[in-house]
Amino acid sequence: MKQVFGYPESLQTRPNHYCPGCTHGIIHRLVAEAIDELQVREKAIAVAPVGCAVLAYNYFNCDAQQAAHGRAPAVATGIKRALPDRIVFTYQGDGDLASIGMAEIVHAANRGENITVIFVNNAIYGMTGGQMAPTTLPGQKTTTSPYGRDTATTGYPIQVCEMLSTLKAPAFIARVSVHDPKNVLKAKEAIKKAFEYQVNGKGFTLVEVLSTCPTNWGMTPVEALKWLENNMIPAFPLGTFRSLEEVSK
Amino acid sequence: MAERIMMKGNEAFAEGAIKAGCHFFFGYPITPQNEIPEYMSRRMPEVGGTFIQAESEVSAINMVYGAGGAGARAMTSSSSPGVSLKQEGISYIAAAEVPCVIVNVARGGPGLGGLTPSQADYFQAVKGGGHGDYHMVVFAPASVQEIIDLMYEAFVTADKYRTPVMVLADGLLGQMMEPVVLRDWEDLQIPEKPWATTGMVSGKPQSVINSLGLAPEELENLNLRLQKKYRTIEENGVRYEEDGVEDAELIIVAYGTSARVSKSAIAKARAEGKKVGLFRPITLWPFPSKRLAELAEAGKRFMAVEMSAGQMIEDVKLAVNGKTEVEFYGRYNGAIPSVTEVYQAIIKSFDNREVQK
Amino acid sequence: MAKVTFNEERCKGCEICVSVCPKQIIHMADRFNSKGYRPAEVIEQDKCIGCAFCARMCPDVVIEVYK
Repeated sequence: MKQVFGYPESLQTRPNHYCPGCTHGIIHRLVAEAIDELQVREKAIAVAPVGCAVLAYNYFNCDAQQAAHGRAPAVATGIKRALPDRIVFTYQGDGDLASIGMAEIVHAANRGENITVIFVNNAIYGMTGGQMAPTTLPGQKTTTSPYGRDTATTGYPIQVCEMLSTLKAPAFIARVSVHDPKNVLKAKEAIKKAFEYQVNGKGFTLVEVLSTCPTNWGMTPVEALKWLENNMIPAFPLGTFRSLEEVSK
Repeated sequence: MAERIMMKGNEAFAEGAIKAGCHFFFGYPITPQNEIPEYMSRRMPEVGGTFIQAESEVSAINMVYGAGGAGARAMTSSSSPGVSLKQEGISYIAAAEVPCVIVNVARGGPGLGGLTPSQADYFQAVKGGGHGDYHMVVFAPASVQEIIDLMYEAFVTADKYRTPVMVLADGLLGQMMEPVVLRDWEDLQIPEKPWATTGMVSGKPQSVINSLGLAPEELENLNLRLQKKYRTIEENGVRYEEDGVEDAELIIVAYGTSARVSKSAIAKARAEGKKVGLFRPITLWPFPSKRLAELAEAGKRFMAVEMSAGQMIEDVKLAVNGKTEVEFYGRYNGAIPSVTEVYQAIIKSFDNREVQK
Repeated sequence: MAKVTFNEERCKGCEICVSVCPKQIIHMADRFNSKGYRPAEVIEQDKCIGCAFCARMCPDVVIEVYK
């Protein structure tokens, strides 16, 4: 018998610290698989965010810098400009990227920085204990929206892919999900394509991955996957928003 | 001998950096330092370097963090309110031990303040500025030539100790023109940086640039290492200039623009027989405390002259430790003391002594 | 002929693999691993079709698949 599914080389063997059923682990593995398949592990440099994925440098088997909250795209810009032949990627959550780091992501995208951004959207602040995120759904209860997100005073979930797609420079922008095996395969495809674009010097790439937070959503991991499918996908439609090939939504 | 050319202070920061092997500049416009990014935007393409006008000072310092972490000589420049924005990044950079240079062409504050020169960012520069127990080396040039020379020193020091280094000047130094000699540094050699995130190429072990220490002992170890480094820098990195302190009864302690003004005032007072000298710290951190303590031990009195409400004077007082008097003359934020004012302050100090006697 | 192996010590007992297995041959064990989780295990290995759904959905890279 031949191994058809195993442990990617670009992932360190150390177990991750994520809560049981948190899909960060799946997304980490997909990034590692993409890096493996493109054979760029030795050239890869990760930029870790502040948030649940702050320890990403303990998991990705490549060089890494840890950035201040929201600043990962600026740090990645500095690395990539210094080492243009390296493969530089950020791994950021929704609070990090779409709240405190909104300026950094918009301008890195607008400059067309040849980096890859993995944007993990789980509609909540995980690490700090389940506060309202810029991507929290209307009515969703969090520890800082205990009566449910009130759109009259806190606005609506920010659709990052749609927003960044108004810019001319980005080369690839896609939103995927990891709530079932089929979508995990699609997510892998998008992540790999984003890295491939970078390898070929095509410019800025971002993959938004809809993810779960069973702990702070107050659900079992399996319930959380269902909740993602039923509630997040309608608010954050899946698809490719920008591509140098055909765009499908 | 290289030729002498006229150069503006701000241009000297930029060209001095390029001469020191810096090929990465990230900045954001703010007066009175705009000639630095403007100059860099023109020069960097000529030397094969990178210039980015960042979306904010916050981004600029984080780009420096990225490029510095990847092993490059990188810098940013700004002025007071912009440097406040950079503090988060500087704290991370100090903790992650990434070499880089930050130029502050200071202006009056607090708040938006004004556009005129100031020395009121002293505390922010030498006491950390951002959160946590850290220092950065702070150089204070007093002429355009010294700006060029200290930019080189700044990059060498940053690499040597893996630390952020600030070159702190004020708007006057940034805006004025003086003749300078642009040297090509003979020993311009960027050291090997095996810790840099350059990729795990050919079996290089993983490099992680990081400031997180969740375990108490891990974080304490980082701080112990930093403090040890700071003691080494204090031991080896202090720089100052003295003029006429040996026979002086009163020593003016001043840096940068204040030191230039004080020098003229001292000459005037000397001409009238007043025994007054100048002590000019060139590094504000590490502060030349040891030498000041020796001079205090020898019975000298001091007067700090600053373009602020009195910030460096605290370090002078700590050095003197109550052994002799420390007076102050300052113009607040945005005003430059005139030679006459400082001269009068010196004369007054001597007159008061006469009355006391 | 297919086989899945579970690295029990890495398992956090999230049960996602159980929910996606088309053959419903994954169960949570009655024992605890050293982290205190009930690990997932396969009890009817011969029914495995090697689809790797479980492995793809596992957040902790517990599962290897052979075919």
